[in-house]
Amino acid sequence: MIDVRRAASMFSIAISASCLAVPAFAADVPGSNALGPLFEPVTSPTKAPDADGFLQRWLLLEPIVKPNRSNAGFTPSYVRQALTTQYFPGQLTIVPRDGKTVAAAQPLRWHALDSSLFDVKLFNFAQALQKPTYGVIFWAVTVVNSPREMNGVRLAVGSNSASMWWVNGKEAAGLFGDRRMVMDDVVSQPLTLHKGKNIIRGAVINGPGLSDFCVRFVGPDGQPVRDLSIDLR
Amino acid sequence: MRHLAFAATCASCLFLASQPASAQLAGEPYIHDPSTVTLSDGKYYTFGTGRGGLVSEDGWTWHAGGERPGGGVAPDVIKIGDRYYVAYAVGGGGMNGGHASQVKVMWTRSLNPKSPEFGYHDVGVVASSDGVEDCDAIDPAFLLADGHLWLSYGTYFGYIRMVELDPKTGERLPGNKPVDVAIDMEATALLYRDGYYYLLGTHGTCCDGPNSSYNIRVGRSRNATGPYVDNMGIPLLKGGGKLVVAARDRGIGPGHFGLIDLGDGMQKFSMHYEADLDRSARSVLAIQPLLWKDGWPIAGDNIKPGTYEIQSERSGGALELAVDFVRMDVDRRGGFFGPPTGPVAPVAMQSLDKDSAVWPKDRIDVDLADYMIRPHQQWTVTSVPDAGGYFGSPYFKILIAGTERALAATADGRVVTVPAFNGADDQLWRIDQLIDGTYRITPKPSPKQAEPLALVAIGASTPALVKFDPASDAGRWTFRALNSER
Repeated sequence: MIDVRRAASMFSIAISASCLAVPAFAADVPGSNALGPLFEPVTSPTKAPDADGFLQRWLLLEPIVKPNRSNAGFTPSYVRQALTTQYFPGQLTIVPRDGKTVAAAQPLRWHALDSSLFDVKLFNFAQALQKPTYGVIFWAVTVVNSPREMNGVRLAVGSNSASMWWVNGKEAAGLFGDRRMVMDDVVSQPLTLHKGKNIIRGAVINGPGLSDFCVRFVGPDGQPVRDLSIDLR
Repeated sequence: MRHLAFAATCASCLFLASQPASAQLAGEPYIHDPSTVTLSDGKYYTFGTGRGGLVSEDGWTWHAGGERPGGGVAPDVIKIGDRYYVAYAVGGGGMNGGHASQVKVMWTRSLNPKSPEFGYHDVGVVASSDGVEDCDAIDPAFLLADGHLWLSYGTYFGYIRMVELDPKTGERLPGNKPVDVAIDMEATALLYRDGYYYLLGTHGTCCDGPNSSYNIRVGRSRNATGPYVDNMGIPLLKGGGKLVVAARDRGIGPGHFGLIDLGDGMQKFSMHYEADLDRSARSVLAIQPLLWKDGWPIAGDNIKPGTYEIQSERSGGALELAVDFVRMDVDRRGGFFGPPTGPVAPVAMQSLDKDSAVWPKDRIDVDLADYMIRPHQQWTVTSVPDAGGYFGSPYFKILIAGTERALAATADGRVVTVPAFNGADDQLWRIDQLIDGTYRITPKPSPKQAEPLALVAIGASTPALVKFDPASDAGRWTFRALNSER
């Protein structure tokens, strides 16, 4: 709408960066939920996808600072380079635990959360934790348990802005360019969900503007796969 | 729906400066976030972000003008009764990193600063965002439908929301609560048609010149407050939106839709391009036809200069010179139905010289006949510099291809051709795309005319200039490009 957004966004980066010195946040206080109402702490052993098949339980890593003046620069080669750079050990292999801290440029903490919406609002996640909201990379991990081997399913992703996604360690989808989030924006080639545990991993990069993602599996008929259970172990 | 009178004549159009070759609007149409184009005191007004706006006497040539106090961003205008209500936003938009904003409304009885009726009266704040909630209360847009006055607002920061206002005062209805209707949109606009509410908005990124990815999308609902879905059934609350218009020609980053309803089955829309490559990649006002296809709005095309068959929707007949038919001679040995007796070879089109050898030298009538790719059926449409224009296009001359012979209107309602184009008003033509994709052809209005006339097939083979009937195919024409056939 207005041309101040870019400048404003970059201003916010500076502001947000200055917040890194904040030693603690409300989410650490027992009984408080600074992330509500968009997120709730994980309290149940498993969670089913929502009515449309969207996966709402995720481990989210506090954002990695990666300044970008504009999302227009999220070319495939840039995003691939930015999201395959190692920022912390085990980036593409570990299934972290809630509260665990990784050694990135500064310590960053994993949060196990249930999203109350179909999408996972990363901007709000970072904002609530008083972390940088613009010019960042978010990492997300979840574990999908399938009751049987499912062949020919596809990972369907929408993200704001660009992102990459891996299923069981194999790259499944890449969303490049100045993306806004729309459900089923990019759909993977057919893949197989193993009986039992399947690890879904994603990384979302954002310059200015909001940031979120939505993920679900769709079957060969294009319909959402719902007979899954999600945990984070 | 807001109808603009198909009225604005252009007696003053002859002073126009030359315009870029892209047939985009003339003058200095520099603006961002244009409000709905609104007629007041015989002139068209649109306001943008900031205090200023643009004004035009004919919809083609735009100059800086208009006054809108209050500043802020992305206003909208609607006329209800004798009042022009103006909504605008103060704050938000990420300004200084914030999203706290207020949508305010004011009204005036004229948009013309020189009118004694001009003078804004403040209504007050009708919507707001606190800077933390998932909404940024900017980019307001009005819709008056079925006696209800709706206002959408919001931007990329969270939800697009809808509230209801009192059409008598412009104030928010008591107790009315905002309803979330979309995400990831901005610069919304609202339409109502055939029982559907349409929520249009801009996707992508603005404000980066030719690198802006702005494009206009739409969803629809039976209720003003949603749920809005796109053509695939994807809710706008989950990012859906059917494309209305993306970059085209020399314009990149269309955004901020505004309906221009001209009546008679003709709708157009205003928008801005983030970058007009013919104007130093600056943000400019643009106007395109609006079409309706299977219940969805989609951008049409202002007619482009070129050579065409002009086909009647009534009869399928091609507009042509009423001249003697000249046969094409071909080798008929062996008959028409079997293979050629010699090598297969292309046959040249009938030449202009061959066809025109039998044409009278002076005025020639036109009629409609079966199209046979003959030179006397092919028309070259060319914009005429400095002759004025209308919403979206300049006036055109229509010549028999390869000649100076020009289509012309006569005072007694006939349409003929004259040997040479002389630039007179009766040889200038307005070509508007209608909502079904066909075109209406009208001569430049004459001060002597009691009402606008249009080229109409009054018989299967007979065209004439009569009043346009939007319910009939008789006044609808299809332009079939012929460049590849010549």
